[in-house]
Amino acid sequence: MEFAELIRTGQAQAELLRGPEEPPLRGTLCITGHHLLLSPGPQATPDLWLLLLRNVDSIEKRVAGDSGTITLRCKDLRVLQLDIEGVEATLDIARSIEALSSLESVITSFPFFYRPKGLRLGDAWHFHPPECYYKRVARETNAWRLSEANEDFSLCPSYPRAVIVPRAVDDSALARSARFRQGGRFPVLSYYHAPSGTVLLRAGQPLTGPQKRRCSEDEELLRAVLAGARPGARGFIVDTRSPQAAKQARMSGGGTEPKAAYPGWKRLHRPLERGRPLQESFVRLVEACGDLEQSMDRWLNRLESCRWLSHVKETLSTACLAAQSMEQEGACVLVHGAEGTDSTLLITSLAQLILDPLSRTMAGFQELIEREWVQAGHPFQLRCAHSAFSHARPKHEAPTFLLFLDCVWQLGRQFPLSLEFGEGMLLALFEHAYASPFGTFLCNNEKERCLCEVRTRTHSLWSGLRQPKEQRKLRNPLYVPNPLAIWPSAEPQSLRLWQGLFLRGTHPPEPSEVAWEKVWQIVTDQEKTEGSQPTDSASEPGP
Amino acid sequence: MEHIRTPKVENVRLVDRISSKKAALGTLYLTATHVIFVETAPDTRKETWILHSQIATIEKQATTATGCPLLIRCKNFQLLQLIIPQERDCHDVYISLIRLARPVKYEELYCFSFNPKLDREEREQGWMLIELSEEYKRMGLPDDYWQPSDVNREYRVCDSYPTELYVPKSATAHIIVGSSKFRSRRRFPALSYYSKDNHASICRSSQPLSGFSARCLEDEQMLQAIRKANPGSDFLYVVDTRPKLNAMANRAAGKGYENEDNYSNIKFQFIGIENIHVMRNSLQKMLEVCELKSPSMSDFLWGLENSGWLRHIKAIMDAGIFIAKAVSEEGASVLVHCSDGWDRTAQVCSVASLLLDPHYRTLKGFMVLIEKDWISFGHKFTHRYGNLDGDPREISPVIDQFLECVWQLMEQFPCAFEFNERFLIHIQHHIYSCQFGNFLCNSQKERQELKIQERTYSLWAHLWKNRADYLNPLFRADHSQTRGVLHLPTAPCNFMYKFWNGMYNRFEKGLQPRQSVTDYLMAVKEETQQLEEELEALEERLEKIQKVQLNRTKVRSKQSEPSKHSGFSTSDNSAANTPQDYSGNVKSFPSRSPSQGDEDSALILTQDNLKSSDPDLSANSDQESGVEDLSCRSPSGGECVPSEDSGKDRDSDEAVFLTA
Repeated sequence: MEFAELIRTGQAQAELLRGPEEPPLRGTLCITGHHLLLSPGPQATPDLWLLLLRNVDSIEKRVAGDSGTITLRCKDLRVLQLDIEGVEATLDIARSIEALSSLESVITSFPFFYRPKGLRLGDAWHFHPPECYYKRVARETNAWRLSEANEDFSLCPSYPRAVIVPRAVDDSALARSARFRQGGRFPVLSYYHAPSGTVLLRAGQPLTGPQKRRCSEDEELLRAVLAGARPGARGFIVDTRSPQAAKQARMSGGGTEPKAAYPGWKRLHRPLERGRPLQESFVRLVEACGDLEQSMDRWLNRLESCRWLSHVKETLSTACLAAQSMEQEGACVLVHGAEGTDSTLLITSLAQLILDPLSRTMAGFQELIEREWVQAGHPFQLRCAHSAFSHARPKHEAPTFLLFLDCVWQLGRQFPLSLEFGEGMLLALFEHAYASPFGTFLCNNEKERCLCEVRTRTHSLWSGLRQPKEQRKLRNPLYVPNPLAIWPSAEPQSLRLWQGLFLRGTHPPEPSEVAWEKVWQIVTDQEKTEGSQPTDSASEPGP
Repeated sequence: MEHIRTPKVENVRLVDRISSKKAALGTLYLTATHVIFVETAPDTRKETWILHSQIATIEKQATTATGCPLLIRCKNFQLLQLIIPQERDCHDVYISLIRLARPVKYEELYCFSFNPKLDREEREQGWMLIELSEEYKRMGLPDDYWQPSDVNREYRVCDSYPTELYVPKSATAHIIVGSSKFRSRRRFPALSYYSKDNHASICRSSQPLSGFSARCLEDEQMLQAIRKANPGSDFLYVVDTRPKLNAMANRAAGKGYENEDNYSNIKFQFIGIENIHVMRNSLQKMLEVCELKSPSMSDFLWGLENSGWLRHIKAIMDAGIFIAKAVSEEGASVLVHCSDGWDRTAQVCSVASLLLDPHYRTLKGFMVLIEKDWISFGHKFTHRYGNLDGDPREISPVIDQFLECVWQLMEQFPCAFEFNERFLIHIQHHIYSCQFGNFLCNSQKERQELKIQERTYSLWAHLWKNRADYLNPLFRADHSQTRGVLHLPTAPCNFMYKFWNGMYNRFEKGLQPRQSVTDYLMAVKEETQQLEEELEALEERLEKIQKVQLNRTKVRSKQSEPSKHSGFSTSDNSAANTPQDYSGNVKSFPSRSPSQGDEDSALILTQDNLKSSDPDLSANSDQESGVEDLSCRSPSGGECVPSEDSGKDRDSDEAVFLTA
C-alpha cells in the first residue's frame, strides 16, 4: 500500500483521554493507512479502540520532557487527547496523522477497502434511485415522465442519469433549458404532493445575465408544470437569495426569472445563509460550546452571535412557506438559489418531511436523503472536507447538510411521535457525511461517483444502517404513524440548541441515555405483553 | 357583585397574539369570580375562563376604528387581548376588573366560595394528607442531637414561624429567645433539613442584627449548638445568600451578617442572589420578550440575556448546589439566611433538599417540601403573589423561580423525578388562583386565625387525587443516577439553563411541542398494565378450564380485545395542526386567497374541535364555580379538576390560534 511511506512510526505507548466523564485508556498505539488504533492489552475490557483517520479535523501536538501530547479534534466534534511516551514517537505519530488524514484521493479512501462481514457489495445501492420515486408519482398522475436525457451526464453533471420532468416537455427542450440554468440544473420534480396535486421543483438560477436573456424552452417547461397541475394553477418561485443578491447575480451571468416571461409564477425571496458565513457560524458555535470558561452572563449573547439558531429558524420557516404554498394555497413551488445544490435542497427536503408522512419513516427518510441530497448533487466532498475545528482556510466547506439535520431534529422535538427515526439516526448521518467507512457520501455528484465506481466498489451506508444491531440506536421508540402534515413552530421560543450534537464534547450524555433506556423499556414491555396475548387461544384445549 | 358595572358585552373580539390575522368574535361575561369569553362560532362556542385572582394587569389601549382594545395579563402568563366595540363598555369592563382583580380582604378570594362538593370529612382528610410532623419523623427526628421545641407555641417568639420547630438539643429556651432577639423579625436559626446518615443539617434564619460591631452571646451559642449537633464536622457553614454589597449595606441599618471572628468555627460565605425587586424586574423584562410579535432569533436571545432571568436561576441553583455538596460531601452543617429569611432562604433550602433527598423528588415528597420550606416557614404568599390589593413592590416571582429550578433539574435528569412538568405548572397556577387555601396569607399564624382549614380546601388533596396526570413515566427511582444525591456535572454548565417555554408561553399552544412524550408513554404504560391484568385473568381462567377438564367448552372470552395503541392513536392524529405565519414580513407573499386558505384550515379546525374538549386549565379547573348565568354550559359539578389538562388535547386551543 502506498500509505506506507506516510507512516513514520509503527507504534508507541500511549494513554487516551476521551472526554471528561470517560476513564482513560492505556495501551499500544498503532497507525495504519486509514486508522489510528489503541490496543489496551489483554486484560482490558474494550479490546480495541479505533479511529478513522479521515475523521481527524485538526491535530495539535505538544512535547514536554520525554513525552508528548497530541490533541485530535474530530470532524464528528469529539475531542481526543493522546499522551504518548517519547518525543520522537509523538512527533512521528503527529506527522503521520496529519499526512494520512488529509489525503484527497477518493479511490484510496477507506470505503474502497472496507469489507464488513454480513454485507454484500452493491446491496442497498438500488434501493433508492429516482426510478423508484417516479413509480410513486406515476401512480398519482401522468403529467410527469422519467427522462433519461442526462444518461451520460452531458446536460447536467450534478444530476443523476434519470430525472422527472413534465410529460409535455421533450428531451431537446430539456437540453435548451439546461443551458439556460446554472450548472445545467434545469427544473426537475422534487416532490409530488398528491392531496393537492401540486409539485415541488428545484433548479439552478436562470442565466439571464445583464442582457436579461430569456429561454423559451425554460419558460415552456414551467408553463407545462402549471398546466399539468390543474387548469389555472399558479406557482411560486422561492428564491433563497435576497432580491439584491439575485439582482447582483445578473452581473455575473445569473439572475432570476423575470415576471413577464413566466406568467402564473410569482417570485418570493427568502434569503438563506450559505457558504462561508454558514461555515463560520458553525465554527463559532462549536467553539462557544466547548468554552468551559464562558460565564452565564454572556452565554446567550454568545449563542446569538454565532447566528446558528437564526439559520435554523430561517431555514425552517422558508421550508414551511414552501410547504404551505403547496398544501394551503394549492400552488406549485420552484426552489432555487444560485447553484441549486445547497439551500435549495435544504428547503425541498424539509418541505417534504413536513408534508409527506412516508418521508418520516425510516426507509422513507433514507430515500429522501439519497434522492434529495446524494443524487440531487449536493457536493458532499467539498462541503464536508473539514468540520468545525480545522485551521485550514475554508474553501468550499459549508455545513448545509448539518443544518438540515438540525432542522429535522427541531421537527422531531416538536413532534416527538411523528418521526420513525430518532436522534441517533441524525447523529449517525452527521458523522458519516464527514467521515465514513461507507461510500454513500463520497464524491460531489453522480457523475463523479460513476467515474470512481463508488457503487460497485464500496458499501452503501443504507445497508450498514439496516443491520439489526443498529436499530435501537437509530429508531424512535415513540413513533406512531401520523398521516397529516406536521407544521412546526419556527418561533425562537420553540427552537433549541441541539445539545446532543453541539455539546457532545463537554456534556455527559448519560442522563438522556438513561431516559431513553426507560422509554425503550416501557415500549417493549407493551410489545411483550401484546405478544403474549394470544396464548389463551393457542393453548385452548381442543375439542 | 356590586363591583360589576356590566355583566355582559357582546361582539367582543379576542385577538390572537401570534398570528393576529383574525380575531375570534364572542361575548364577554363578568362574574363574581371569573372573566369569561364565549366564542360566537356556533359549532365551537369555545370558552376562555379567567379567574379574577389570576389577573396581573389590565391595560386600556388607545381606541381604534375597530374598537377599544383591552389587554389583560395574567399571573399564569396568559395574555388576553380583547377588542370591545364601544368605548363605554370597555371602560366599564376596565373599571370593574380593576376592582375585581384586587380584592381587599381574604374573604373575597375564590377559595372561600369554591366548593368542590366534598363533605366535611373529605375536606379534613385532604388537609391531613401532608403532615410535617410525619416529615420530621421521616428525617429521623427527634434523635440524640435534635429535639422539637415548644418555644414558639402560640407564636410567642416569632409570629412568622410555625409552632412546630426542631432545634439542637443543647439549645435551651434561653438561648433560642436570646438568639431570636438578635435576628431580623426574630427568625432564629431552626432546622430545615436533616441528613440522618451523617448528621449534617441545613438550618435557616434571618440576618443577624450585628450592625457594625454588635454581638449576641446567645446567638453565638445557638450557632455553636448547631455545629455541635453534627459530631462529624468541626465547623459550620454560614451561607448568606445575598450579594456582599447588599449585606454590607444592611449593616448601616443595624443588620448585616455574622462576623467570623465572633462565632467559633464558622465558615462564612456569600452567594449573590439578587433581591425581590431585581427579580420582579427581570421577570418583567423576560415577559416582554415573550410578548414580542414574531421576534428574530437575535431579538429573542438578546432580550432573554438582558432580562438576566436565567442568570438569576443559575445563582439560586448554584447556592443550592453549594449547600448540597457541603452536606453530602463534606458532612458539614449549613446555616442559610438572607435578609428576612423567607425568600432566597426558602429557595435555596428547598433546592438543596431536592438535590440531597430523593424523597422530595417524588410527588408527595415535593408537596411536603413546599409545605415545609415555604408554607410553614412563613413565605409571604399573599404579599409576593399579590393575592390582595397591596404594595406592588412586595410582589416578586420567588416561588416561580424555585419551580423553574426544579424544571431545569428535570430537563437535566429526566428520570430523577416522579412528577412531570405539568405538576409544576399546575402548582404555579394554583399559587396564584386562590382556589385552594394552602397558599393564602403570609404566615401559619394568619392562616390559623382565618381558620383556613375549616373554610377552604387543600390543593395537595386535589393534586393527589389526580396524580395519574402528574406522573413522569420515565421516573427511575432505582437507577444509580437518580438514587441519593443528584450529582450535577462539575464543569460549569451554562447550557443547562434553558428558556422554559412550557411555562412562560404555556398558553401559546402554537409554540409548544405538538405531541407529548409524557402522555404517550403514560398511555402505553396504562395499556400495558391493562393487558397484563387481562392476561392474568385469562390465564387464571384457562387454569380453571384445564382443571375442570371441560373439553368441549369454548373459551370465547376476549371481552375487549385491545387494538394496538387504541388508547392513544387518536391523540396522535390530533396533532394535526395548521401552518403558522411563516411569511413573516415578506410583503411579496401572495394575497391571492387568504379566504381560501382559511377555509381549508377552518375545515381542519372544525374536525379538531369536534373531538376535543376544553383544554386549558383556567377554563376547566373552574367549571364548577357555580356561575349560573351561563346557559350554554352545564357545570359538571363534583369534580374540581384540572384533570383535563393542557397537555392532552391541545388542538382546540391551537384551533383558535389558527383560525386567526
